[in-house]
Amino acid sequence: MAPILELRAVKAFYGQSEVVHGIDVAVEEGGMTVLLGANGAGKTTTLRAISGMVRSEGEIVFAGQRLHRRATEAIAALGIAHVPEGRGTFTGLTVEENLRLGGYTRAVRSDAGISRMFGYFPILGERRRQQAGALSGGEQQMLAIARALMMAPRLLVLDEPSFGLAPRIVEDIFAIVERIRREERVSVLLVEQNAALALELADQAYLLETGYVVMSGPAKTLADDPQIRRSYLGY
Amino acid sequence: MAEDFAIASPEPLAAGRDRGLAAGAWRSTAILALIAAAVALPFTLSNYHVFELTQVMIYAIAVLGLNILTGYNGQISLGHGGFFAAGAYTAAILMHRYGVPYWATLPPAALVCFALGVLFGLPALRFEGPYLALVTLAMAVATPQLLKYFDTWTGGQQGINLAKVQAPAVLGIGRDRWLYLVVLVVLLVAMRVAANMLHGRTGRALVAIRDHPIAAAAMGIDVARYKTLAFGTSSLFTGVAGALSAIIIGFVAPESFTLFLSLSFLVGSAVGGIATISGAIVGGLFIEFVPNIANDISDAAPWAIYGLTMLLFMYVMPRGVVGSLAGLMRRLPPRRAAVGESQEK
Amino acid sequence: MHELLQQIFSGLAAGAVYASLALALVMIYRATDLVNFAQGEMAMFSTYVAWMLVNAGVPFWAAFALTLVVSFLGGMTIERIVIRPVENAPVLAAVVVTIGLLLIFNALAGWLFTYTLQEFPSPFPDRTLFGALMTTRDLGVIGVTLAMLLLLFLFFRFTATGLAMRAAAQNPESARLCGIPVGRMLAIGWGLAAAIGAVAGIMVAPVLFLDPNMMGGVLLYAFTGALLGGITSPVGAVVGGLIVGVTENLVGAYLIASQLKLTVALALIVLVLVFRPNGLFGAAIVRRV
Repeated sequence: MAPILELRAVKAFYGQSEVVHGIDVAVEEGGMTVLLGANGAGKTTTLRAISGMVRSEGEIVFAGQRLHRRATEAIAALGIAHVPEGRGTFTGLTVEENLRLGGYTRAVRSDAGISRMFGYFPILGERRRQQAGALSGGEQQMLAIARALMMAPRLLVLDEPSFGLAPRIVEDIFAIVERIRREERVSVLLVEQNAALALELADQAYLLETGYVVMSGPAKTLADDPQIRRSYLGY
Repeated sequence: MAEDFAIASPEPLAAGRDRGLAAGAWRSTAILALIAAAVALPFTLSNYHVFELTQVMIYAIAVLGLNILTGYNGQISLGHGGFFAAGAYTAAILMHRYGVPYWATLPPAALVCFALGVLFGLPALRFEGPYLALVTLAMAVATPQLLKYFDTWTGGQQGINLAKVQAPAVLGIGRDRWLYLVVLVVLLVAMRVAANMLHGRTGRALVAIRDHPIAAAAMGIDVARYKTLAFGTSSLFTGVAGALSAIIIGFVAPESFTLFLSLSFLVGSAVGGIATISGAIVGGLFIEFVPNIANDISDAAPWAIYGLTMLLFMYVMPRGVVGSLAGLMRRLPPRRAAVGESQEK
Repeated sequence: MHELLQQIFSGLAAGAVYASLALALVMIYRATDLVNFAQGEMAMFSTYVAWMLVNAGVPFWAAFALTLVVSFLGGMTIERIVIRPVENAPVLAAVVVTIGLLLIFNALAGWLFTYTLQEFPSPFPDRTLFGALMTTRDLGVIGVTLAMLLLLFLFFRFTATGLAMRAAAQNPESARLCGIPVGRMLAIGWGLAAAIGAVAGIMVAPVLFLDPNMMGGVLLYAFTGALLGGITSPVGAVVGGLIVGVTENLVGAYLIASQLKLTVALALIVLVLVFRPNGLFGAAIVRRV
């Protein structure tokens, strides 16, 4: 299967400093790829480069189209739904308004899409008229993912969805993400510090260290690798 | 990007020190030569031109005041015409009502304006950028009204007429040339004082407060004290300029101190370089000559030119003339140190 | 008592004008974090456009509508061309640029239309109602302002673009990730603000008489109202503007001579900012260090 997203020799910059030094990453269509690594490895910067939020060099190709120098909103409209670090929910707007914004690029009215999201995340349905800022961390994460899915994307980009959440909630969320991936046929690019859970779900994995890809391959292989098990899985 | 947009990097007169002793000697010689030329100049020009140049210097002192506050310390003032008016009227009232000789009005004007600046600076501590600009804008608009209102002191709409100042007879130079030299001395003193203040610890504190107020406070800089000090000093400079202006012109009236005056200072500041000292002179030249030329075109022209200048400079030359030149100079390769010279910056 | 009610009512009419301009200021502040010092002059210029149309024989309400469209487009253009370069620049640059705009508009109006006071027609007949309690003109001004506020509320609450604009103002980065063209939203915001300013100018011109300096005082009062209500709150802007209008009228009628009215506005601004920097309705701005 052809990759839906390919990064070739991509460098990315945080301000003036180069933090990602020419990496190659691929996301298979319909699959889930995870970027692992410690803080500061360049994972988030890589995602931001894909969405055109930071300066980058090299080739980023999405569904056959080069993303070079496109505006963030144009990249989103192409079908990449990016849930940023910290969720990025519109805390001053209601749950329903957040979801509607996710549907901004779709020509049809959002009602059907919103209902489907409530199907995946019933708690959001209960809180539809509440301000997003009043939701708990886990609920906000669900809202952020739901909003991204409202875009009917081909690629879902998730930046540390487990951040700051209790393990139980994280499991729930990942279960839903996996379900969505199969039912909606969305490809997923995931950045996670929680390596164990990510490697269980993902097909492909890349390990980043200080801006370089130091290991890559099927997730199972990386999960069995003794060095990874020591450094990132704790056993 | 925001980083490229440095509107105000501290003026690197200090940059000359990087270049070794020989360059420093050149600088001092050049400055002395300039001063000598400035002293000689009025004797080669007509009285009217001397008067114009005196105005330039007065505006330069006023703009220097604004630079201290807005350029170096980041507190935006659109109302410096008010301090100018305060200095002018202090001098005028002292001369007119109490017969104080003109030269003796400068210290009281300085004091009054310093106090006024501090008084203003205290509540200003609570205002951030655009809000402070707004309050000072209101102050600029209110100044002529207040001057007309307290007419027992200010002479109201008619203003105050002052007796003409005479030059000391022993020197045998005309009134205009004498006053030019007086103002020149004040300007040089002002620039020296400003340089001492701004190139030392105080200056660094002011700039730190401007650029990273929270970090500055965290480092132990008494932000409130420095900001209030900046306001007082700034007002002092501009107020002294106002006093000189009253002395030179011999007349004060509310209509001389409108919003246009405050905005003139702002434009002069932006043109010369808002965080520079010598840029104030460029600003003074701009304020004195450009509106006069513009008035010949049409009534509306001075405002239009101010407006266009403001836009132009913010887009193309945000550091002003002197600031940009200084920036260019800094990019020149430093001279290699001679043997035995220290390498310290 | 009757006279007090009269003063209050005409204060409300004046306040409606301040409220409109205050709303325009707040809209721009929320969207772009800028204080638009040129808002008043832009409104004045729009009013001259309306004046030219009316003088050319266009019926009043048609001229009104046309002026709104022209102002909207003008506001969008200004955001794109003049403001965009300094949107991410230091505050001082933005302040200087909007002041520069103020000067340019004022000079342009002075040059094109001279500084002579001009009469501006009022679409409302000059009658008094309810036993001289209020004039039709005042009622008309309040009515037009209310209608405009209602339309704006409906727009922002129930349309996709309105929602996108609110999102873009709150969190531009997330908005972009949703595919919202934030730049265009900002431009629309400026366009709307310019159109609102035009309404304010047209409503006030019959009373103040049209000249390039007409909106100077109005702008200061509008700022006061916006600050009083909380510079981030549209509702606050409207309430603040109305309060300022009524206060100005009452103070002017019962307390001090009118020449000091602007100084009163200054004093109000200072007081509000010192004691309640967030205004009546504004949200406290939390800054992340």
